[in-house]
Amino acid sequence: MKTFVVSDPQRGTIVYRDRKRHLWLASLFYPLVALSGVGLYWVAAAEWVLWIPVVSLYAGVSLLDHWVGADPNNPPEAVVPLLEADGYYRWLPMLTVPLHFAVLLALAAFVATHALSAAGVAVAALTAGLYSGLGINTAHELGHKKTEVERRLARIVLAVPVYGHFCVEHNRGHHRHVATPEDPASARMGESIYRFALREIPGGFRRGWASERERLARQGKSAWHLDNEILQSYLLSALLQGGLIAAGGLVMVPFLAIHNVFAWWQLTSANYVEHYGLLRQRAADGSYERCQPHHSWNADYVVSNLLIYHLERHSDHHAHPTRRYQSLRSFADLPTLPNGYFGMFLAAYVPPLWYALMDRRLLALPHIGGDLGRVNVDPAARARLERRYGGAASLAA
Amino acid sequence: MARFRCPDCGYVYDEARGDPREGYAPGVAFAALPDSFVCPDCSVRDKADFVADEAPAHPIAAMPGTPPRA
Repeated sequence: MKTFVVSDPQRGTIVYRDRKRHLWLASLFYPLVALSGVGLYWVAAAEWVLWIPVVSLYAGVSLLDHWVGADPNNPPEAVVPLLEADGYYRWLPMLTVPLHFAVLLALAAFVATHALSAAGVAVAALTAGLYSGLGINTAHELGHKKTEVERRLARIVLAVPVYGHFCVEHNRGHHRHVATPEDPASARMGESIYRFALREIPGGFRRGWASERERLARQGKSAWHLDNEILQSYLLSALLQGGLIAAGGLVMVPFLAIHNVFAWWQLTSANYVEHYGLLRQRAADGSYERCQPHHSWNADYVVSNLLIYHLERHSDHHAHPTRRYQSLRSFADLPTLPNGYFGMFLAAYVPPLWYALMDRRLLALPHIGGDLGRVNVDPAARARLERRYGGAASLAA
Repeated sequence: MARFRCPDCGYVYDEARGDPREGYAPGVAFAALPDSFVCPDCSVRDKADFVADEAPAHPIAAMPGTPPRA
């Protein structure tokens, strides 16, 4: 285990050992779990085993989060520059990129060369899509960084799920407008994940494209110029998926369609749980207050965080978007989800269960104190929520 | 030619270099940037938040994600 030592002028010598250092290899190798279903298929010669990686991700990680629990440990601030400069951490997300390509190619080859039922093709596509959704998370970690190589790799890995607009949209759109009614990537109270998806997926695309078009216009270039970083990623997607259809035949069309949509759905799920109902207040001039730590839902579960590069330490990520995963900190008294993201995704897919778990928790947050005026409420649900919670200021007591 | 620094992530807008990727040519004054200018690296600090950066940033202070020393 590597020990980081800093001599701080005020606080003397600070020694820090990162207990998660080697566990971060889980984020690197987790995409390969996707292929375990194929291995099991060869051993068991039965199609139903292909479901195991999908089910194990959702159910298994939710249970492990429950059993293994949370990790409130933080690196001391003085050590952060050393952590940020440590090449080991920097390499892991970059090395994850080819694995996402490998998973899609391997599952596509499997589907193209085996006589599967329609359900078998669908579950292989869902498995691939689940892990390409994790590819969007890999792109998220890389796309927030300042080096050209990391930003380029983010665009490359986004080609796998055909989501090349994500980095532009997320950095320039979501981070600026997070926790406001204007943000298509922040869920509103009373909005089911299914209605949210119909706002989030097209809204994110439009905002990302508009932002890139503006940047190119400042350079005096057309939006269709090859310097358009969204187009670059889409072109790579076209090569990749067009090549798969050419090589694997027509079965690749439904396989890739399900894969792509399910990968986007993973991001939709993360966006849904990360800011549900949270709202930044407006100043007298109409501008929104700066994003505060209480404008994100956090989860500090060890297992799921190790699989998604600390994404669940979400408040610190929004406070310092360029900070690397190994340096993100946990804070007490922040909005906290009752399980990790994977468990919360499952809850979100059953809207009544989600509302039962989250609505009172949301209203009870100290900065909301039961006041629906301090909540990002879905206009379509406002009347219903006001009838139910209108006199609920006592919830916070 | 002056330099202006993002107080959150340490990005520096150097007037002598501009930021061609963002469409600001070398020599474009910070004051001439549009009011809608946001930090090209972290996007969570606006033009009004930027601070004058007199000396070249110390390599440690300029680490990504590291808040500036008070």
